[in-house]
Amino acid sequence: MTNNGTILSVNDLKTYFQTEDGVVKAVDGITFTLKKGETLGIVGESGSGKSVTNLSVMRLIPEPPGKIVGGDIIFNGIDVRALSIDEVRKVRGKRIAMIFQDPMTSLNPFLKISTQLMEVTQLHLGHTKDQAYKHAIKMLETVGIPDAAKRVDGYPHEFSGGMRQRVMIAMALSCDPELLIADEPTTALDVTIQAQILELIKDLRERMGTSVILITHDLGVVAGMTDKIIVMYAGKVFEQAPTRELFATPANPYTKGLLKSVPDPAHEQGDPLYQIPGLPPDVAHLPPGCPFAERCDRAEDICRKEYPPFVQINENHFSLCHFAQEVYEGSVAERGQ
Amino acid sequence: METNGNQHLISLDDLRVHFRLGGGLFGEPKVVKAVDGVSLDIEKGETLGLVGESGCGKSTLGKAILRLTEPTGGRVYYNGRDLAHMPPSQMREQRRHLQMIFQDPYASLNPRMNVGQIIGEPIRTFKLASGSTVEKMVGDLMETVGLSRRFIKRYPHEFSGGQRQRIGIARALAVDPEFIVADEPISALDVSIQAQIMNLMEKLQTDKGLTYLFISHDLRAVRHLSDRVAVMYLGKIVELAPGKVIYADPLMPYTRALISAVPVPDPEIEARRERIILQGDVPSPINPPAGCHFHTRCPFAIEECRQRAPQLVEIKPGHRAACVRINAENPSIEANASAGLGAIGS
Repeated sequence: MTNNGTILSVNDLKTYFQTEDGVVKAVDGITFTLKKGETLGIVGESGSGKSVTNLSVMRLIPEPPGKIVGGDIIFNGIDVRALSIDEVRKVRGKRIAMIFQDPMTSLNPFLKISTQLMEVTQLHLGHTKDQAYKHAIKMLETVGIPDAAKRVDGYPHEFSGGMRQRVMIAMALSCDPELLIADEPTTALDVTIQAQILELIKDLRERMGTSVILITHDLGVVAGMTDKIIVMYAGKVFEQAPTRELFATPANPYTKGLLKSVPDPAHEQGDPLYQIPGLPPDVAHLPPGCPFAERCDRAEDICRKEYPPFVQINENHFSLCHFAQEVYEGSVAERGQ
Repeated sequence: METNGNQHLISLDDLRVHFRLGGGLFGEPKVVKAVDGVSLDIEKGETLGLVGESGCGKSTLGKAILRLTEPTGGRVYYNGRDLAHMPPSQMREQRRHLQMIFQDPYASLNPRMNVGQIIGEPIRTFKLASGSTVEKMVGDLMETVGLSRRFIKRYPHEFSGGQRQRIGIARALAVDPEFIVADEPISALDVSIQAQIMNLMEKLQTDKGLTYLFISHDLRAVRHLSDRVAVMYLGKIVELAPGKVIYADPLMPYTRALISAVPVPDPEIEARRERIILQGDVPSPINPPAGCHFHTRCPFAIEECRQRAPQLVEIKPGHRAACVRINAENPSIEANASAGLGAIGS
């Protein structure tokens, strides 16, 4: 059912939430495709819509208040939006798996690790208890938990944060999914443990050929892990490009600002950091123009009045900005210096 | 003013904070050595960065300096006077000069007080002003940290995370302190807001001559803000050097692994770099490994490391490290390891 290796294609997805404050357009038109073995990074600050995008793909939006109001989600030829809840359950956890930020709250504290791991394969792969138990041990070994045969019968509180995230990954990969969605998988972990987990995801991706969507606020994490990146702001896609191109020649002032505001250890200290002024907008009450105009150092009158176009810079590079071409050329010129 | 004969603003001498975990009727009570013999000096006007992984004791160290956690041993000199053994009444007076900024701007502000009350409380407590003067001072402080004084009657929940952190900073500044412990002040904030708060802290330092202890697990932020950086592991300082030096020339295997673990926002660099991946987790501080606490994860560990706890000693000018395998004559652990040198100075 695949067409030229594409496993997921999302077209103009819109997910809105009905709130007391009015309609929040949490995701307002996002389009991307993901090929087998590819890794897509979705970057954004809190409230940008990056997690809602992923929950929509998994059909995990609580309804009400949320609702996918438009667009297509095609997974391996299957129209995900048209599936019944029972059909969704057959896909979720088996063919599309996910890991969340907080491994402490994603595991049931009352159940043994073995029980939680076995449940997945008994349900989706029809394993017997015995098969499922052996498979659970094998998965724990795969994700690098030492002494897996013994630890499989432990409880979550007996594992450290990094080890729990490994258990989550083991669980997610139990049915050999085609797509793994990782939502801030290392945010709650220490840097040395983060490095271990990222290395593990990279390694498993290569061994199993899984496609990955990596959602994070950390530009450093996506730099080394992804093939292409989507930058989100206030529910909109602000920029979309292959990873190297996005970092080398960004075509959106927001992306440029984000890249500049991360302290670079190689540079001298003492100079103030570049800072994006102001605060992210209230997504329930967006201004008519560009949602970033208030904070943008390049904004002109038109930015405050008219909603910006989604400009195609080249085949794979898009930017939501009235001045996308100029910003891109500016980045190219800076790069050339 | 009585002094202990030096010019350091803050001087820690063998500071210890040990927590006893109930042992029950039988068996030894367990002791967590959160801070275990830390000696270091903080100069007036500098920012000392303190980095380490969760559970290493960095927050406890920060709190112990201000006696928000009682030290169980050692001394904390502030302008030459020992805070650790000061009677509570005198300590209260000193708190004016020593303030703290907390990690979680959501949890550290009283939700039932408005901004005017929150920032004004320390001014009233220390009787620095009264009546309408307080309100004027609060308004000025709000503007200093980049908040409009129009918001003085608003409550914490009406502000974003970054704005709440500004309120926390204004409250700390209200008593015109000399020294501020900033415990992970930017960790809970979005990337674009982190830069704002770091710039604000730097500007305030320049304008008011503040001295900071900046505690963070974010090595990029620490590198940017700090003059010197101390690296902590399981209750002990393992390396201390100027910020530039600790990144360019880290001596300790642990410091190198920490620096190497931080992802760089540049795909070209990420594709090339060889990452040092440490095996295993940080051991429990309840029963830390004997000898050098890091030996269980250290690629250079030898038998001696399991036996003897290393001291923090000067290896190069202004650069101290705690490792039995390096000294001033032989500062490179790789060179020593490949030369088959064992423990040095034993």
